[in-house]
Amino acid sequence: MADEKSTVVREPTKNPNMPLSWRKETKPHRFCPGCGHAMALKALGEVVDELGILDRVLYGCDIGCSLLSWDFFNFDSVQTHHGRTIPVVVGAKRARPETIGIAYMGDGGGYAIGAQHLVNAAQRGDQITAILANNTLYAMTGGQLAPTTLPGQKTGTTPYGREVRKTGSPLQGPELVAAIAPAGAYVARGTVGEYQQLKGYLKKALRNQMEGRGFSFVEVLSTCPTNWRTNAKDTWAFLQGEMARYFKVGELRVPEPAAPGEEE
Amino acid sequence: MTGNEVVAWAALAAEADFMYGYPITPQNEIMHYWSRLAPHFGRGFLQTEDEMAAGFAMLGGALVGKKTFCATAGPGNILMQEPIAMAEMMQIPGVWIIQQRGGPSTATVIYSQQELRLTTAGGNGEGLRIVYSTASHQELFEYTIKAFNRAWQYRFPTFVLGDGYQAKLREAVTLFRPAAKGWTLIPAEPLVRGPGIPALDREPVHLRNTFNIEEELYARLEEQLAAYERLTPEVVEWEVEIGPETEVLLVAHGIVARAAKQAQKMLNQQGQKVGYFRPITVRPFPGTALRQAVGANPNLRLLVVESAYGQLLSMVKAELYGLTNPIDTLLKPGVGVTAEEIVATVTKRAPKEVCHGG
Repeated sequence: MADEKSTVVREPTKNPNMPLSWRKETKPHRFCPGCGHAMALKALGEVVDELGILDRVLYGCDIGCSLLSWDFFNFDSVQTHHGRTIPVVVGAKRARPETIGIAYMGDGGGYAIGAQHLVNAAQRGDQITAILANNTLYAMTGGQLAPTTLPGQKTGTTPYGREVRKTGSPLQGPELVAAIAPAGAYVARGTVGEYQQLKGYLKKALRNQMEGRGFSFVEVLSTCPTNWRTNAKDTWAFLQGEMARYFKVGELRVPEPAAPGEEE
Repeated sequence: MTGNEVVAWAALAAEADFMYGYPITPQNEIMHYWSRLAPHFGRGFLQTEDEMAAGFAMLGGALVGKKTFCATAGPGNILMQEPIAMAEMMQIPGVWIIQQRGGPSTATVIYSQQELRLTTAGGNGEGLRIVYSTASHQELFEYTIKAFNRAWQYRFPTFVLGDGYQAKLREAVTLFRPAAKGWTLIPAEPLVRGPGIPALDREPVHLRNTFNIEEELYARLEEQLAAYERLTPEVVEWEVEIGPETEVLLVAHGIVARAAKQAQKMLNQQGQKVGYFRPITVRPFPGTALRQAVGANPNLRLLVVESAYGQLLSMVKAELYGLTNPIDTLLKPGVGVTAEEIVATVTKRAPKEVCHGG
């Protein structure tokens, strides 16, 4: 097929605030002020530019706030159902393996309603890149308990704080994926608080797919000042403090031997 | 061969590219035969973690331009309604083979016609689907091929509604290459990842099923409903045998229609004046044809026969609204119906239910 090898090699973006993969016509984006999605998507757009894979990407987004990215990029995109982005992207990747499949979702989509798809795509070693924004709650629906809600954290359905005895401890998603994915997997947890590091993880995750090694998964610690009911300072403090203490940032699985050009 | 094997060969003949499946009886052998055949013909198969994943993976495959299909039944058909709803909204083509089993719940792995309503009208929308109800292995073969053509022609979810009997029975069938009969296969086109570089050579494709306001959704649905109304006369299929002297019209679909046809023959040999009507497309329903057949004779009695408790009956009643023909029923949810039972019911003329057109 003509598109087996990528033909788009783009110059590094002139304006660092606007990756070429970003669709200018749909900017400003629809996320709330201070939302972490915008940072994660900016990093993803820059990485797609740098890898020159714009023409090969199929981007799928979930339900929840992530759906607001359905026309965010200049690459072909499909908005799916809650939790079902991974199977849509898996189906496309299996049918046309030269596709670079990106499944973007929130913690509810990936760890609750669509958990079986994450688990099974990971254990099958499906060659897609799943990116999951963890903001510790369901944001679109008004801030309810998510698998990732921190102990004691107040949400719409835990108004007195999450009680671990009743609703369990926050799910460690990358740790789960790292434990079950076969050889060739890339698994990392980044944060919108460490932008360059996050970009590096996303780049490795996509390169892992391009090299046909295996399943790639990046959880992104993200912010939701609207539902956290926090100002800028407290938003940052929660992300870098409570969240980072519970959810350890770093790489959990790097394929061996390391892909050429991988540094850090 | 068995009906399940026939379906696998039909999908191959229809140039299906990829099957995504999840085990559930009585459709399993479709996956078995397909996964045996597929590697020899450059086709693909993936066993997914559940029916939802199978259905959504189908949509992913269809989006990038491949002909995809799946087979399921019973509780699997319930789970499958979620991806089918997305296919319906976004007009992503796909073919689903439904081998009905007993219901509700897990019930039996054997047979029923209880998935008629679910298959024609499941999901949280208007049921904009094309559903063929087959009655023989020859039909399973031919309508499966036809279903792929309809799906990629009209881009509405398309179904072959079989059942456990058809799945597991062995009967003679003539397989053929569609080209040998002059049938043209409609090729699949990519909806995303088509030729060209997005944003440079062409606009990027952005597909969604979420709308912000009522009017936006309404405009979209009006377009789709109009498209569905247009395709209806092109797609709708039925069989009818009726004359001016017919006194009883047997109405049945699928494999029960075979028993009805046999019963009709037996009754006519006894000197009774019995006709026969069978919707082949149960969605869109051949309502105009049925109404014409029934409306011509106000004294005609109907006998609706099905292996469900009134799922076909409610469709028939809706189509005949305003007519006063009496309707008798032989409703046996989850079990088969023999020609002899139909003959006995007609002979007895003991109506279980009379509908005065309402």
